[in-house]
Amino acid sequence: MQKYEKWTSERAIEIIAQHQDQKGATLPILHALQEVFGCVPLEAEPLIADALNITRAEVHGCVTFYHDYRREPPGRRVLKICLAESCQAAGVRALEKRAKEKLGVEMGGTTADARVTLEPVYCLGLCHSSPAAMLDKDVYAGLDEERLDELLKEAQA
Amino acid sequence: MIRIYISRDSGALALGAEAVVKRFEKAAEERGLDIEIVRNGSRGMYWLEPLVEVETDQGRVGYGPVRASKVDDLIEAGILEGKPHEKCIGVVEEYPWFKNQTRLTFARVGTTDPRSLEDYKAHGGYAGLKKALEAGPDGIIEEVLTSGLRGRGGAGFPTGIKWRTVADTPPQQKYIVCNADEGDSGTFADRMIMEGDPFVLIEGMTIAGIAVGATYGYIYLRSEYPHSSVALRAAIDAAREAGLLGDNVAGSGFAFDMEVRDGAGAYVCGEETSLLDSLEGKRGEVRAKPPLPAHIGLFGQPTIINNVISLATVPIIMDKGGEFYRDFGMGKSRGTMPIQLAGNIKHGGLYETAFGVTLGQLVDDIGGGTYSGRPVRAVQVGGPLGAYFPRELFDTPFDYEAFAARDGLIGHGGIVVFDDTVDMAKQAHFAMEFCAIESCGKCTPCRIGSARGMEVIDRIVANENRAENLEILEDLCNTMKLGSLCALGGFAPYPVMSALTHFPEDFGADKKRLEAAE
Repeated sequence: MQKYEKWTSERAIEIIAQHQDQKGATLPILHALQEVFGCVPLEAEPLIADALNITRAEVHGCVTFYHDYRREPPGRRVLKICLAESCQAAGVRALEKRAKEKLGVEMGGTTADARVTLEPVYCLGLCHSSPAAMLDKDVYAGLDEERLDELLKEAQA
Repeated sequence: MIRIYISRDSGALALGAEAVVKRFEKAAEERGLDIEIVRNGSRGMYWLEPLVEVETDQGRVGYGPVRASKVDDLIEAGILEGKPHEKCIGVVEEYPWFKNQTRLTFARVGTTDPRSLEDYKAHGGYAGLKKALEAGPDGIIEEVLTSGLRGRGGAGFPTGIKWRTVADTPPQQKYIVCNADEGDSGTFADRMIMEGDPFVLIEGMTIAGIAVGATYGYIYLRSEYPHSSVALRAAIDAAREAGLLGDNVAGSGFAFDMEVRDGAGAYVCGEETSLLDSLEGKRGEVRAKPPLPAHIGLFGQPTIINNVISLATVPIIMDKGGEFYRDFGMGKSRGTMPIQLAGNIKHGGLYETAFGVTLGQLVDDIGGGTYSGRPVRAVQVGGPLGAYFPRELFDTPFDYEAFAARDGLIGHGGIVVFDDTVDMAKQAHFAMEFCAIESCGKCTPCRIGSARGMEVIDRIVANENRAENLEILEDLCNTMKLGSLCALGGFAPYPVMSALTHFPEDFGADKKRLEAAE
């Protein structure tokens, strides 16, 4: 199952064209590219710069500034674990350690079978029921070891 | 037909609400029951989510928390008739935790169907806009000034003064920007409004636009809130379709339209000038002020930038009057504050109340103490840049000035509770680490100071020239506080210094030395 399209500059130009007339179009374009290709490859930068009439450095600066943008497509599923204070207060550090061990990756890493990318996130706005995590766009709160294990199983399925 | 309510708020979804809905639908099909499930916002009592409310003659009777696996048992026990059960909390609006609040901004959240414009209007929605149109631009600003409303995003700047400044600049393209980049740990009030009552934010922005002559608005939404994005976009489309956004708002002749823009995971973009740069398609770097955004804001034009809660509070101020709102609260902190109880807490949730309630009441009485059952040791108020308060300061009233007087801030109203297993030196270290990760890099005190801060704390904990390094840490914190361009570097010293001042033993430091130094 291929979740993301393979990069082609033709397709990228088409996506850029759909958004380039908005005011302040850089982020909408980067989001749209990442949605389709799973990442914003270096090759995209001159195309965006050209369409928006800004320098390539400005585009590069933007891509590297924001935590959301990736250079390589992630694993098939992305598991984000909240590491902010509220979740720390509710014991997320132990769950983080458990997730890293079970998946065999560090934060930011992708499992060898390319199924799961594990990332930190700083607040999902679910602090009333910390600790919290997000698997792709689904949210989970009130995590304990048992629920984390279920989540890891689902992520790897 | 029996009407039941189950929240679609992401807090409820994160606790399994979707599975509960599915189970009810299946059970209804199997048993031939005539039920309608309304997907409301959350009442904010998250320890009871998923909360199922059943409409009865007495009112909406609540059951929670309800697990999907227990739905059939509950139906057998008579949940659909509102019968007693160990999960039953009675009529929700009579439940003490809920009833004791003063819900103004959150009046409709959890009550209505957030996707339904009709339901919004049936519960007082767009009454504020109607009064605003009668009052006219000057009248609106007068009312907001009278209310005493201060920006609920953290800085607490008077909203009416900001609006007056933009209104007084010559006519040109002006903008309303809603800062929906709620990124402070322990806060979820914005998310609850956007998912539980999105029309109130749209109405508030529309009123702001009319007040200052701005015809376009942007909601800058953090990417960590995909469910809010869906709710907001649907509500904007519905409002536009109903003629409440567009060239001729509600037939008034005023034009106002708006859109949602997604952020990209940068905490610093919650700072207003950094947010504007991000909206313009740049790196979200902080701008030096002046010029204020009110004069030169988005795309170089006069711009009102307000937090979600500030804007969502405007409709009720217009509807009930500035004086009505001002009569709640204490000192210079007027009206109500949606306080968010989080972390290691028994009753996590949102509690809207007038300013003035003490921190101790919030943590011990309303929050019920820790979830772990261990003693509360420290409470961080106001997000990652807020101070840690020990139990000795629990008599502090929730008020902008009272918190400032004790070297703290109320920020966006988030309270994160820690029990006695917390290591405060680690928390201080994390504050610096977070600042280092999220710094926009434009100013040196924040960019370099945060990295040096982590190292110095490490040395203190390792007892490497401890006395000397404690002095360095204090000096560094002062430099960051006074020398940083924005609140990220400027306030990171608050958690660090408060941890050191109130919990010196965790750093291996002597409490007396610190007191002597003061």
